[in-house]
Amino acid sequence: MLLLIQYTLIFASVLMLVALGGCFSEHSGVINLGLEGIMVIGALGGALVMRYLPASVGPFPAILCVLLGAVMFGVAYSALLAVACINFKADQTIVGTALNMLGVAAATVLVKAINTAANPDDVSSEIQYVEAKKNFLVNIGSFEFNWFMLIAVVMLVVAYVVLYKTKFGLRLMACGEHPQAAASVGISVYKMRWAGVLISGVYGALGGICYILAGVSLWKFENGVAGFGFLALAVMIFGQWKPTRIALAALLFGFFRALSNVYFGFPLLMSLNIPGSVYNMMPYIISLIVLAFTSQHSRAPKAEGIPYDKGSR
Amino acid sequence: MKKLLKNNAVQALIASLICIVLGLLIGYIVLLFINPVGAGGAILAVVKNFWNYSRAALQIKNFGNTLVKTAPLLMCALSVLFAYKVGLFNIGAAGQYVIGTCASLYAALAWGWGWLPCLLLAILAGGLYGALVGLLKAFCNVNEVISGIMLNWIGLYATNMLLANVKESTSPYTLHLKSAAPQAMLPGGGMDKLLGDNANVTIAVPLSILIAVLILILLDKTRLGYELKATGNNKNAAKYAGMAERQNIILTLVIAGALAALGGAFLYLTDFEQWSVTQSSVPGMGFNGIAAAFLGGLNPIGTIFASYFIQHITVGGAYVDKTMYSSQISDLISAIIVYLCGFVLFIKYAINQGLVKTEEKKKNRDNAKGGEK
Repeated sequence: MLLLIQYTLIFASVLMLVALGGCFSEHSGVINLGLEGIMVIGALGGALVMRYLPASVGPFPAILCVLLGAVMFGVAYSALLAVACINFKADQTIVGTALNMLGVAAATVLVKAINTAANPDDVSSEIQYVEAKKNFLVNIGSFEFNWFMLIAVVMLVVAYVVLYKTKFGLRLMACGEHPQAAASVGISVYKMRWAGVLISGVYGALGGICYILAGVSLWKFENGVAGFGFLALAVMIFGQWKPTRIALAALLFGFFRALSNVYFGFPLLMSLNIPGSVYNMMPYIISLIVLAFTSQHSRAPKAEGIPYDKGSR
Repeated sequence: MKKLLKNNAVQALIASLICIVLGLLIGYIVLLFINPVGAGGAILAVVKNFWNYSRAALQIKNFGNTLVKTAPLLMCALSVLFAYKVGLFNIGAAGQYVIGTCASLYAALAWGWGWLPCLLLAILAGGLYGALVGLLKAFCNVNEVISGIMLNWIGLYATNMLLANVKESTSPYTLHLKSAAPQAMLPGGGMDKLLGDNANVTIAVPLSILIAVLILILLDKTRLGYELKATGNNKNAAKYAGMAERQNIILTLVIAGALAALGGAFLYLTDFEQWSVTQSSVPGMGFNGIAAAFLGGLNPIGTIFASYFIQHITVGGAYVDKTMYSSQISDLISAIIVYLCGFVLFIKYAINQGLVKTEEKKKNRDNAKGGEK
């Protein structure tokens, strides 16, 4: 039971972080379908830091460095989306999809190159971080507390405050609702949208590094992040683009994702004799059902997905 | 020359070529960073693919092997293209491809069906799977990209579960078609003889090209195609003009799903590959289809060539020097090409702007001359 709660919380943290990233981007008017790729690249940044950081730096500086590495990679990567979609008015769906493909391919090529350079016989795309991972964990009884659970809550509060209580957040949301009106009162729509996408890079990257630290202590970059970027978008839609609701939605989805990790620990579930694949499918099926019921009356930002053109009315 | 540049098809071709060249160039730069010694050789190996062999017979055989995997890629690309023409982004092609694989392999191995019924079942299964996305989009307003991705993963796990019943007892791979279900092998139809007795080359190759032509005709020359495109351009206008816009959305995804599913059957009914039931990621075929569709300028005929090119470099990746680089460098290049395809509109705009400017200059010069007289 404790294990189920633990996994639910950690997966919910991942989904919440990434969904909040999507939330920032969409409120500024850019649909970020590349979150999956941003997660992979962010995870890569963090994993590389864990690989090269000497064990002597101590837990807190180490955590800070890992987070910083992930965020830097994620922000740089999300700039690719921003420049294409905002400045060159490219189709946001194509570019987002390209970033997902590119993220996995680039991470695989890079990690394989590093592994092969270190040892010519090693052609795997894996990075191990058994020791570095321990920095993130605190054992409270048999419950394994992960610092990311706290980080996710902090980032949730930050997102709420920034979006609703600051001038910047309100301006950002104006750009996603009616960019021309925002421009007419002197807000630079381009700058705001850039900010939205880059912030989604920060959140997406944090979600990515959190995801690969959940449960396992080595990551095979060929596998990407198993559609978590898209699950997070479903969480965001279910949460109606509002941070507090996103947090609740993330808990629900996290629970179903956690079930597939720990279902064999429950005699009741085992006695039902359902194959493991069904549990693997669960989060995706649930999200489809949830989307079917919530998309009809969705409160999406009105101008999302439409490139901003200064000349149009 | 100027007339030629104004032609839309020529502009699309130029844009695609720019994407390819830039994609290869960026791939080369990445290789340079990894290890500058063999970068040139590696990029050449990717581009050369079967020309890496010096013997003509081996070249033809490996050219055939590239074609075997081009047919399914072309089907996935057509699936993406067809849906895109109706304003839908069918990222679910990857899952529909998996479902097609599942249906055809299961029917062949568990029920002993022949190849034609297997193909038809794949079409049916893929059509139904595509319809799910269509129904969700038409009646519940669910974004087709998100539902498509969800269905990709559901399809993968369902396929693994189902095909586990027809796998080899000692490996995670499905049974060899050649020994377990020879009746389900696609016939060669002379293609195998043509390409140096390569038994993997089947009627799938000419069939996929034929289907590309049919899609072109359907989109450009029929009333249905016109209505579908009108729905894609403006849903409300189409509805106002008396078109059943919901029905059109669903129909589009049924066709797109059937196309991608047929792709899966086209590959796995040749026994070129076996399905691994422990597979933990959705096969890249559907995603590469996106690359091929956009690189082909969203034209079915262009897509034939683009599919071949994408498959050519994907297979070519296997020939890089593995002591320095990995074969995924070709995935990287494909991904960069898709990214650059996002800029196609801008490239066309730049070409047109250039043309307008030169014309204006000419006009001004003519006017100036006129004034002197």
